[in-house]
Amino acid sequence: MTITQDPWETLHTTALLGTDRRPLPVTALPLADTVDPADPATALLELAALATVRRRAGALPVPAAGPPGPPAPEDPRPELPAAAARRLAVLLTGRTGSGGATLANLAELLPQWLATVRARGLRPPGALIPGLLDAARARSELRSDAVALAGPLGRWLAEQNPDWRFVLRTAAPDPAERPGQPVDHHLWHEGLFAERVTHLTLLRRHDPAAGLELLSGTWSTERAEDRLLFLDALQDGLSPADEPFLEAALGDRSKNVRATAAELLSTLPGSALARRMAERASAAVRLSDAGTHLLVTPPAECDAAMQRDGIPLKSPTGRGERAWWFGEVVAAAPLRLWPESTGLTPEQLLALRVGDSIDETSSSWADDLREAWARAAVRQHDADWARALLGPAPTPPARGAGRARAPRVTGAPAKLLAVLPPGERAAWTAAFIEVHGLGEAFQLLGACGTPWTPPLSTAVVTALARAAGSGAYPWSHSGVLGMTERALAPETAAAVEELAAEAAPDSAWSETFARLAGTLRFRAAMLAELDA
Amino acid sequence: MSVPPPTVGRMEERWSTEHVLSLAPDAASQKAAGKLSSPAPWSGAGTDGTALWGECKGSGSTPYRTVIELATPAYQCSCPSRKFPCKHALGLLLLWSGAPEAVPAAEPAEWAADWLKAREERAEKRVAAPADPAAARRRAERRGARVAAGAAELRLRLADRVRHGLADQSTAGPWEEVAARMVDAQAPGLATRVRALDATPQDRLLEEYAMLHLLATAATRVDELPPELAATVRTRVGYPTDTAEILAGPTVRDRWLALGSRDTSDDRLTTRRVWLRGAKTGRPALLLAFGRPGQAPDLALPTGHLLEAELAFHPGARPLRAALGTRYGAPEPGPAGPPAGLTVAEAVAGYGTAVADDPWLESWPTVLAGAVPVRTPDGWYLTDGHHTLPVHTSALPEAALWRLAAVSTGRPLTVFGEYGHQGFAPVTAWAGHDRPIGLTTV
Repeated sequence: MTITQDPWETLHTTALLGTDRRPLPVTALPLADTVDPADPATALLELAALATVRRRAGALPVPAAGPPGPPAPEDPRPELPAAAARRLAVLLTGRTGSGGATLANLAELLPQWLATVRARGLRPPGALIPGLLDAARARSELRSDAVALAGPLGRWLAEQNPDWRFVLRTAAPDPAERPGQPVDHHLWHEGLFAERVTHLTLLRRHDPAAGLELLSGTWSTERAEDRLLFLDALQDGLSPADEPFLEAALGDRSKNVRATAAELLSTLPGSALARRMAERASAAVRLSDAGTHLLVTPPAECDAAMQRDGIPLKSPTGRGERAWWFGEVVAAAPLRLWPESTGLTPEQLLALRVGDSIDETSSSWADDLREAWARAAVRQHDADWARALLGPAPTPPARGAGRARAPRVTGAPAKLLAVLPPGERAAWTAAFIEVHGLGEAFQLLGACGTPWTPPLSTAVVTALARAAGSGAYPWSHSGVLGMTERALAPETAAAVEELAAEAAPDSAWSETFARLAGTLRFRAAMLAELDA
Repeated sequence: MSVPPPTVGRMEERWSTEHVLSLAPDAASQKAAGKLSSPAPWSGAGTDGTALWGECKGSGSTPYRTVIELATPAYQCSCPSRKFPCKHALGLLLLWSGAPEAVPAAEPAEWAADWLKAREERAEKRVAAPADPAAARRRAERRGARVAAGAAELRLRLADRVRHGLADQSTAGPWEEVAARMVDAQAPGLATRVRALDATPQDRLLEEYAMLHLLATAATRVDELPPELAATVRTRVGYPTDTAEILAGPTVRDRWLALGSRDTSDDRLTTRRVWLRGAKTGRPALLLAFGRPGQAPDLALPTGHLLEAELAFHPGARPLRAALGTRYGAPEPGPAGPPAGLTVAEAVAGYGTAVADDPWLESWPTVLAGAVPVRTPDGWYLTDGHHTLPVHTSALPEAALWRLAAVSTGRPLTVFGEYGHQGFAPVTAWAGHDRPIGLTTV
């Protein structure tokens, strides 16, 4: 190279300045005798052409500087079936397009596809990983599944591409997905806040005691707003072993940290806080001597001990002080207190009349008590109480009895529903929809596991058909329709196709049903090919 | 609805979504086709393995009838769209690609069968138009004289600039004006190269001047050159090549493996390049197909597929470009696993040899074996452990390089691309015994 490099520099410099200004040192150049020197400019071009072709034709390979960096760790997961890989390519390209009914549906289906494939422990082909990471970069709700799917290759790529840095943050590798490997805590000590929360959450799921130990180690140096979210992470794997730490946190400088610690302790039925709350609750509610009423005596004050146990002095919504304290106490008391102290079941307790301890006939406390019990049932994941509070699944009214009224459910029915086992949830919601239609079913459906059970799916499709027949517009059900595309059981597809065929041509409903049927077919094919 | 399990054989033959989308004339068509890729608007859709057909409900009362003959491929649709292929044809292909259960095996519908049959008959009848050899010779002579005059003028212009200095652009006008004169001189190849000079960075300018000077010089005395080199010069200067004439000459019959393809487009033209290698002869070949805006090039040969056909090579010192002659059957999937490849040192030597034949050769189709893509702070490289090649990054999008890296997982793979003095531009990658991965498609 050095032999030709210098003459080239000579040619280049001369050409830049111009042969009029700088004579070409013809004799100093190789091959100069092969060109006609009469016109220096032409001679220069000919020599430059010779040099260029010579360099291109005679180039030698450059020795490798060293071995390339380490490859991506092996991924032991089996590869996706070919058809499923093609499906992912479709889903990912659907994402980049905007507008268009079909494409919007693909965007709805991508999260489901990712979660399903993640659960099956399959590995997408490497060529699709960059597209997957780009999708997750744009849609943060995909990140957890996308990063898990991308696996070690995704992390290896993210280490090299700054656009995909989020992978390293999202992807504190779940210890449960890498059994037998020691957990590396450097992320806890050096990571960004979000990385630290993820690290703690994953560790809690896998080894709660180790998580608690890790948090205790740095607790006193954490900022208040960080402490709050770290404390929240203890929800995973919460056990009596955490009580001393939480009890200490009741004395925290930050009010929000204290409140969160109290809430966690109240969900530990055997905790000292729960016992203290049980005492306060017993004092506030007693069974009348005749056993016909529950008599309420709200707390007269919120003393320092109550405040330390997480009961705020003032209601954030400005409720009356005593009613507010009363609700907080009952919601934080262990629910088993009530059957134990009265010998009655939740259903029997809920059937009792509620009165004031002074005036038995005043029923003003009934709503407060129900509401507090509902909060307790959700917090303590108590299915018996949740079932009792929800009441029996609605039954269709007798012929000619007129339209049924929605049952009065205290608190948030969707939250209570979430406490029940999945099958019961779906059955209750299906019964609700059969009686009351879809108008108020959005949150209930959201609480049901996906895909919906066939009976629930049938109930939804029937209700949609009824809505179409009643002249309602599809977009008044757009929330439910979106969910339906993700969650309807594939078995129901035939019924939807039938609806699409029956709907008035070119009407909004025919388009809605046709799109829904298309999405269902796509989803069915998408899940079927994963079994291939 | 029940989903029949797709059979392995049919899945093999289905085109990938990327491939279908690559046929779309523009992005708007891709989007429009996406909307028609669900079964809802389609009725009577079917396939017999060589063609697809179906009726698509549009805004009017009569559905559009769409037929696609897969081997060519050729499209027919009763819609009034001027885009080609239209969104209906693409939508039907996407439906077939993504949801095969919606396009079941069947006998062609009558209207589809009519068109397919008529097409077959037309192909048989096609005959070359008779030519008048004397008139053609006169035209060629006139053109030769004009090109030689234009090339002589270009030499003077280049020398003038060198006389005044390349750094001093104040006295010289833009090259555009000279390019226009080259068009007048019927030398569009020279015009293109001249026009590119305005955008050439200064450190590469002398190289470009010198090679253009060499080409212009060769063009002024093309009749004195050996016939092969003369053909190369004529091609580069921009003489048109009559495909029919080439096909009438000698052809090479082989089973051609599609190594890769790449589309490039400017505002006037979409160009599709498909690189082939003969299974028997080992010969490289390049097929070119063009489409006007709104039309996809009509050549579709999936990478990794084999096509038994006769190719007629354009004459030249380094024949590469070829015209596709008689085909013997449709393309079929080639052998699993990567084609044989070279080491980095062999690839470098290979391009060097090719340049010795055709000095204007920018790059040569090259299969590298056992190469690892490596990203460093100053760019991407391919290394086989002994030697290293720079990747010609400006030739392809960043996403293609990440795809290459992902396919490799940092381990050696086989990669096909164009290697030249500016580096290696990857087109296709094979990892292990997997199917080839197109790096620049979609």
